[in-house]
Amino acid sequence: MLLKVKDLSKTFIVGLFRKKEIHAVRKVSFNIKKGEFISLVGESGSGKTTTSRMLLRLLKPSSGSVIFEGKDPWALHKIEDLKWYWKQVHGIFQDPFASFNPLYKVDRILYQTFNLLNVESDAEKEHLVKESLKEVGLRPEEVLGRYPHELSGGQRQRIMIARCYLLKPKLIIADEPISMIDASTRAGILKLFSDLRNNYETSVIFITHDLGLAYYVSDRIMIMHNGSIVEEGTPDEIMEHPKHHYTMRLKEDVPLLYRKWKGF
Amino acid sequence: MSTLLLEAERVKSYYHTREGTVKAVDDVSLDVENGIILGLAGESGCGKSTLMNTLMMKIRPPLYLVDGEIIVDGERISKMERKEIKKKIWGVKISLVPQSALNALMPTKRIIDFIRDVVKFHVDVSDGEIVSMARKRFEELNLPEDSLYLYPHELSGGMKQRAVIAISTLLNPKLLIVDEPTSALDVSTQKRVLKLLLDLKKFKIIDSIVFVTHDIAVLRQIADRLVIMYAGKIVESGTLEDVLSNPKHPYTAGLIHAVITPEPEIRKRGLVSIPGEPPNLINPPSGCRFHPRCLHAMPICKKVVPELVDISNGRKVSCHLVKS
Repeated sequence: MLLKVKDLSKTFIVGLFRKKEIHAVRKVSFNIKKGEFISLVGESGSGKTTTSRMLLRLLKPSSGSVIFEGKDPWALHKIEDLKWYWKQVHGIFQDPFASFNPLYKVDRILYQTFNLLNVESDAEKEHLVKESLKEVGLRPEEVLGRYPHELSGGQRQRIMIARCYLLKPKLIIADEPISMIDASTRAGILKLFSDLRNNYETSVIFITHDLGLAYYVSDRIMIMHNGSIVEEGTPDEIMEHPKHHYTMRLKEDVPLLYRKWKGF
Repeated sequence: MSTLLLEAERVKSYYHTREGTVKAVDDVSLDVENGIILGLAGESGCGKSTLMNTLMMKIRPPLYLVDGEIIVDGERISKMERKEIKKKIWGVKISLVPQSALNALMPTKRIIDFIRDVVKFHVDVSDGEIVSMARKRFEELNLPEDSLYLYPHELSGGMKQRAVIAISTLLNPKLLIVDEPTSALDVSTQKRVLKLLLDLKKFKIIDSIVFVTHDIAVLRQIADRLVIMYAGKIVESGTLEDVLSNPKHPYTAGLIHAVITPEPEIRKRGLVSIPGEPPNLINPPSGCRFHPRCLHAMPICKKVVPELVDISNGRKVSCHLVKS
């Protein structure tokens, strides 16, 4: 088992005097095997992103545990151990604009990965960067040396995925990676995640509000509602025989191309 | 033939920038008939939003209307003074809900105070009348009336979007243009916003809608006609059924094939995306602007710009494949 999540919870306390507790994530448990592609689906505010932030070690859980390859990331304190975790568990976020520093050329975001890798020679670094760009369908001469604003959202997200080809993490946590990307290029980006899984046995946690996307790429779908996982199954089980009423609603609300909604 | 609410004739609107002229809308003609929902689809950067701003005459440097005419409900707004357009056209005959509508509300004003300012700019009515008008409209559209007395940050994204749409149609404009109204929302909220748009039409608050998006599955649910735009030009238009079931332009076919919805038809054919990136509009490709990405490109496509021709009953296509 690559990742074991048990009873993971996060409670935010808001207000200064009249304190109120918000249970963003409640007792979420699941396991991921090597090379498994799972999707976490739910609407805004269901706790998907809070969960992903806890897995990425960006947010400390209130209770419960995350165990990655037998280690609790929150028990890691030495810089070498942290570097190990960051190399193994990689995040990709919704907004490919926000991931870049607008003042630096895009090369920097790729070369930064060498802080976690053992590559000495500059020629080798350049070669690896170019190879990774080719893997994600970009021509190195088209993107290297340019500033983030000169690239489209799709190209930027591809560069973020090129980092995965450099780092070869064991687990990718992709939080709505294609919801800000044009419908015409979504399939291509989605395929890159599948390729990573097929070629390098990378496990992927794909977080989305769109059941349609999850349906194509996942081995397993988990439906999240109000901080809890309410249903879990293979894409076909979820789409054909949803059990929870929330899953049924979610399924009905996805706009389809060949069927029109009732009452529309 | 139904009457036309909006006619745009050979419109060209360009951005004059230091790097060069961006031909964002290049020779576009578009009619919107009374009583329809027109869906405009295309990738980011194809000029959809610029076209919408042009149709509204919301034109500010560096954007310039270089050529063409725009007639809204019988008024030639392309020749009108900006002041007059602001007072007599915007919000009254034609309203635009821009892509950034979630930020359109004043953060320091309650919704009702914001409405008061907007309405007073156009018509001379008392505060009391405005309040009762707003309450009545919110009730009619099934929006919680309490939200009128809240500040924007107290509303959820979907509620904010619905409030902005309700406010922009308060003066019963004939045409509502919505630019990517649901792209930032999750599927359940999206459905509620789409329902609101249909209600506006059902209750005859507005006559027609132009819905701009890159998501064809959404248009499938609500649009009557479909217009496909690529690199500043319209490449195909027709009724929704015709265009979806029998796309003539390779770009339209590509867009439809790129749709990812959980359906057996799509699962069968697999996921396909259009290769390449949309061109830079400072220096667009010669001939047909789609030829560098087109799988069916012929020698002529590089040289000659295909005209948008009517192939039958208002079905228009601009592609050399269709003519030959």
